[in-house]
Amino acid sequence: MADRPLGEYRRDSHVDPPNDFPAYHGSQYRAPRLPPILLPQSLTELTGPLLGPGRVEPGDADLTAGGRGAPIGERVIVHGRVVDSDGRAVRDSLIEIWQANAAGRYAHQVDDHDAPLDPNFRGIGRVVTGADGRYRFLTIKPGAYPWRNHRNAWRPAHIHFSIFGDAFPQRLVTQMYFPGDPLFGQDPIFNSVPDPRGRERLVSTLDLEAAIPEYSLAFRFDIVLRGREATPFEREDHD
Amino acid sequence: MALPRTPSQTVGPYLALGITGEDGPEVVPDGTPGSIWIRGRVLDGNGVPVPDGLIETWQADENGRFAHPEARARGETSFRGFGRCPTDPGGHFGIRTVKPGAVPAPVGGPQAPHIDVAVFARGILTRLVTRIYFADEVEANDADPVLRSLPDAMRRRTLLAIRAGDGYAWDIHLQGPDETVFFDV
Ligand SMILES: [Fe+2]
Repeated sequence: MADRPLGEYRRDSHVDPPNDFPAYHGSQYRAPRLPPILLPQSLTELTGPLLGPGRVEPGDADLTAGGRGAPIGERVIVHGRVVDSDGRAVRDSLIEIWQANAAGRYAHQVDDHDAPLDPNFRGIGRVVTGADGRYRFLTIKPGAYPWRNHRNAWRPAHIHFSIFGDAFPQRLVTQMYFPGDPLFGQDPIFNSVPDPRGRERLVSTLDLEAAIPEYSLAFRFDIVLRGREATPFEREDHD
Repeated sequence: MALPRTPSQTVGPYLALGITGEDGPEVVPDGTPGSIWIRGRVLDGNGVPVPDGLIETWQADENGRFAHPEARARGETSFRGFGRCPTDPGGHFGIRTVKPGAVPAPVGGPQAPHIDVAVFARGILTRLVTRIYFADEVEANDADPVLRSLPDAMRRRTLLAIRAGDGYAWDIHLQGPDETVFFDV
């Protein structure tokens, strides 16, 4: 938390996908048609749920454990650092992940993709960032899976991430991808991010330094949440 | 020079897998004096219920305090303030909470009691943010700077929760003639 009064959380919504994005057919009846209205950030927005310590068990970060045996697939470490856009560590903050198994199937009753479930893989993980903003999961590399957006539409392999941060504007739900995926070009969800450099920031990097020899590869995914304007503004704290 | 931020992506259809745990729809325990259920539905542009969405809520306690260092000057509280509820097959959600107290506006003066709401679903690439106000807070609403700033006064009613049953009723229309007011926070 800041020692001195800081301003609003930086307004950088141009980084995010526009909701009105016709190539993603699921948005057709779910994207608002009217432009959003600017909301000045009051105390309701400068605060937020601090979901951190006490919410996870040590095993929650190991998605390969908990079954009767080892899950099928390539073991991977997924790790990184959560910071704000001023480089400050986002500490003690809950990260939730969920993903398909190595065959591209989610352990979810709605998923009817004709690929096998893995009885040893649920695909759910939780972790709380450390004092330096770092987090680490051990999991299985998810498979690509088909969906009905267009003919031969397949989602590139991805892991869903949910991050809370320190305040309401920092809340982020996103997806992490793997480097060099040949499916990027045809995926409207990945390509909904307007700036190609923004898309690159969703792609993890191979990190052999963090790998475990003869056991697991590692991919690094750093996450940047909204920072705060440096210019303080006067906030009269009376009713 | 600020670091470039990580972009949003849709929560997808399987959000119920990851977004679980103890931080659910019960912001206050059963039997809390003054507790209310805020119930509603998420509807798409055809009026069809959204069965695979999630709403998250954030609010002050009854005295306008938040359990957060940024708000320490207003007094300590242990109020959780946060709720989240996936929508059911009929698009329904419900949050059990208390009506929040007044919270100051950025330029001073009070805001009417309100709850910040974020909406996530398949088909929504970047979360939508809106607010719940309470239709029975007539005077406070008339003086509220956010409600007063809405360019189209007719759309103000999309933010008003109406007294009903064991609390309030408030629907979210993602699109269409009754499209809810969404905010750029
Ligand atoms: Fe997915």
